[in-house]
Amino acid sequence: MASEKAIDKLKGFAKHVVDLVMNKKPPVFQVPIRALSNVQFDKKKNTLELGNKTSERNFFNVAHAKKFLQTLEVGAVSKELLELGKHASLRDVFYQVKRTIPGTNTNIVDEQTESDKAIEDLELLTECSREQLHINANKMGSVAGNVQIEDQGDIIDWNKLGSGGWSIPSNVEDIKFKKVTAKFVIYMEKAAVWERLHEDRFWDKNKCIIMSSQGQTTRGIRRLLQRLSEEHKLPIYILADFDPWGFYIYSVLKYGSINLAHMSESMTLNNAKFLGITANDIEKYGLKKHFIKLKDVDLTRLKQLSEYEWFAGHKKWQQEFKMMKQFGAKAEIQALSARGISFISEKYLPEKIKEESWID
Amino acid sequence: MAEKIIAEELAKKQKQVSVAEFFERNRHLLGFDNKRKAILTVVKEAVDNAFDACEEARILPEIKVNIIEMGPDRYRVIVEDNGPGIVKKQIPNIFAKLLYGSKFHSMKQARGQQGIGISAAVLYAQLTTGRPAKITSRVGKDKPAHYYELHINTKTNDPQIMKDEEITWKKEQGTKIELDIEASYQKGDQSVDTYLKETAIVNPHATVIYVSPKAEQMIFARATDKLPAEPKEIKPHPYGVEFGILMNMLQQTTSRNLNSFLQNEFSRVGSGTAKEICSNAGLSPDTKPGEMNHGQIEKLIQGIKLTKIIAPPTDCIVPIGAELLEKGLRKEVPAEFYASATRSPDVYKGIPFVVEVALAYGGLQPKDESAKLLRFANRVPLLYQQSACAAYKSVVGTNWRPYGLNQSQGSMPVGPLTIIVHLASVWPPFTSEAKEAIAHYPEIIKEMKLAIQECGRKLSIYVNKKRRVGEQQERVSIFENYIPEVATALAKLTGQNKDKITDSMKEMLKKNKEFIEAHKAVVQKVEKDDDIKLKGSFDEEEDGE
Repeated sequence: MASEKAIDKLKGFAKHVVDLVMNKKPPVFQVPIRALSNVQFDKKKNTLELGNKTSERNFFNVAHAKKFLQTLEVGAVSKELLELGKHASLRDVFYQVKRTIPGTNTNIVDEQTESDKAIEDLELLTECSREQLHINANKMGSVAGNVQIEDQGDIIDWNKLGSGGWSIPSNVEDIKFKKVTAKFVIYMEKAAVWERLHEDRFWDKNKCIIMSSQGQTTRGIRRLLQRLSEEHKLPIYILADFDPWGFYIYSVLKYGSINLAHMSESMTLNNAKFLGITANDIEKYGLKKHFIKLKDVDLTRLKQLSEYEWFAGHKKWQQEFKMMKQFGAKAEIQALSARGISFISEKYLPEKIKEESWID
Repeated sequence: MAEKIIAEELAKKQKQVSVAEFFERNRHLLGFDNKRKAILTVVKEAVDNAFDACEEARILPEIKVNIIEMGPDRYRVIVEDNGPGIVKKQIPNIFAKLLYGSKFHSMKQARGQQGIGISAAVLYAQLTTGRPAKITSRVGKDKPAHYYELHINTKTNDPQIMKDEEITWKKEQGTKIELDIEASYQKGDQSVDTYLKETAIVNPHATVIYVSPKAEQMIFARATDKLPAEPKEIKPHPYGVEFGILMNMLQQTTSRNLNSFLQNEFSRVGSGTAKEICSNAGLSPDTKPGEMNHGQIEKLIQGIKLTKIIAPPTDCIVPIGAELLEKGLRKEVPAEFYASATRSPDVYKGIPFVVEVALAYGGLQPKDESAKLLRFANRVPLLYQQSACAAYKSVVGTNWRPYGLNQSQGSMPVGPLTIIVHLASVWPPFTSEAKEAIAHYPEIIKEMKLAIQECGRKLSIYVNKKRRVGEQQERVSIFENYIPEVATALAKLTGQNKDKITDSMKEMLKKNKEFIEAHKAVVQKVEKDDDIKLKGSFDEEEDGE
């Protein structure tokens, strides 16, 4: 079973440390550095990859001691979860680890970001994802469409879940796709847009899957998208705002992120396409009157985006960046609602897909 | 004709300024601004005189100060010394005539200067309570003790003897003064208590016994039996004289001509230098000093400025000495660490001086308050006008951060610290006659800063060492506390024995500890290596998203 493999990995990592201690050698382990300086763009795979640089954690180093302890503590919690066959949230783990070290007024962790980081370190050390270590993030995001799945013995139809749709769990590894009749997936950054499309039964009329999250795209969503793309060869279309942050959501989905560069392989969507909102749409659908002026931070972000290795030589994207700078403005997806509440589902999206007017 | 009459009228008026009026006009300059300060000034003048008398006679001072509350705002101040006593006929003049004294024209390191202090106190007592000053003095075992009650004639500035008798006094020799004054007594930074405590610090050879108005007795015992060396009297240096002084000197000299006047009345002026001054001034060496007019005196001053004259002798200055100053500080300010420095003599405006600085660090002194500055001139504490003083300027003008203290720009350093700055000079320059703040001569400030830096460097070694030892201890205790936690986690993960892991790690820590301690005392370079090993370089990961 998968959990046994994870237990072995954890044991192996800890044994390495114990062996050092028993041989009176400084307890040390190496953690790959997750920073811009240790991330490179693999042109062949078209994804961000983690480099070989590692940093040492030495217990007998004042600066490392606490992180060293945090990593081991989180590991012990994970092992217990695996043995019990239970899952815990990141928040649960935080509370399991959070306590005051006897004889001091120091807490093992003070904030959840510390235990979250320790869990990420553990992923790298054991080469197991946190889901494999039985640690889950919060559920975020909904999906609906013509798909039937099996999850922990339950058969679920994504087209029979009322107004809320199916909420996507953090760990989607054990989900089995029973029947997939959808032809493509639309992922959108705005839950409100998803609600609109769902109410209009857009997925039924267009034989597709609609998926969204609140804000950041979670690991579960990214993994689910990748599985649909790879296992069922479904094209993935991204619907995001015409602004640097919307573009970045697409960038992370397609090429990966620095923080999760070590998991790029299981997450990136090489075939994802940016459906809109594009500069072309602004003209075509008359969205200029709904412009929002770009702020300084937007301009900085825009400049950074245009310099990313994977965008730098991309003519279409450079065109988008150029246009946005010329407009000096951004536009939200919801601006389309000005043309009618269901304009997006009845006109905009069908037209875009039919005309294949996306950026690849 | 009319003009002459007006001038005569004016001359009459000018004569009639009585000493009482003089006092009233100048009381702020004399230290009698208010009732609280008055009590301090009276004690100070009497104690200064007692010290000077004892030291001149080479007697180890034992001074008793007793203040008795007589009624609302009424106090009796009694100061008694074991000095040489005063010969009978001098007593009235010394205590009841303003501007009488032997110190005024002398260039010699002493506490008092102008011969105005004690008689001003007597006048203050007389003006506020109407009571006479009561003086008892005896010059030796075989001589009688004289008791005087004195007033000052406020019109003529002459002593008025109210009582003059011989009495029996159990003391073999010494002087006692009793004054009834209007005053108010308070404790605190500018109190008599503080003044006497600080006096004890810079006079480790003296014993001071003090009974406060609250009837508390404080004994500041001497820390050494060594009397300070006797200061030598020197003649003024030409660079230091100003017009008025020079005019007085010319009037009073017995020299017959300018050339011999210069050689006789000044230090560092030989026949060659005297000739050069005369020629630079364009004056004949045969000019009669008593007949020189205003213009000639100006020329003489110019001549002096143009002449290169070697600096005055500096052996006339008697500093407390770094060692004794530190001893004095130790006895009155408990702390963890002391440092002191005595600079070599320097000269301002032709007047020699020596700066001394001492520090007391740590102990129970407050950590988050400004350091305490104690200022002294010729062993006399200066309690007022701190911020106008050269000592204050030197302290705030020094960067204390390298010495391990906090300090904001242009402020006193913050930390558990007492700073002593002492200026010894034949003529300490004050900003006013009240002698409360040392004037800002660049030479003096420079010397003060150098002395502070000398002590500061010693302090920084101590403070940094203390901090390092503390940090090492902290590090070791971090590991000590973390080990059981790490061992527990490792045991959970591997199923191995928790105690074995703990023991092994503790043993490693012990070795590491020995390593740290073994290197603690050795040179700094090794400490640095040590730091690198312990702190290491840790790449802080940035968050990509």
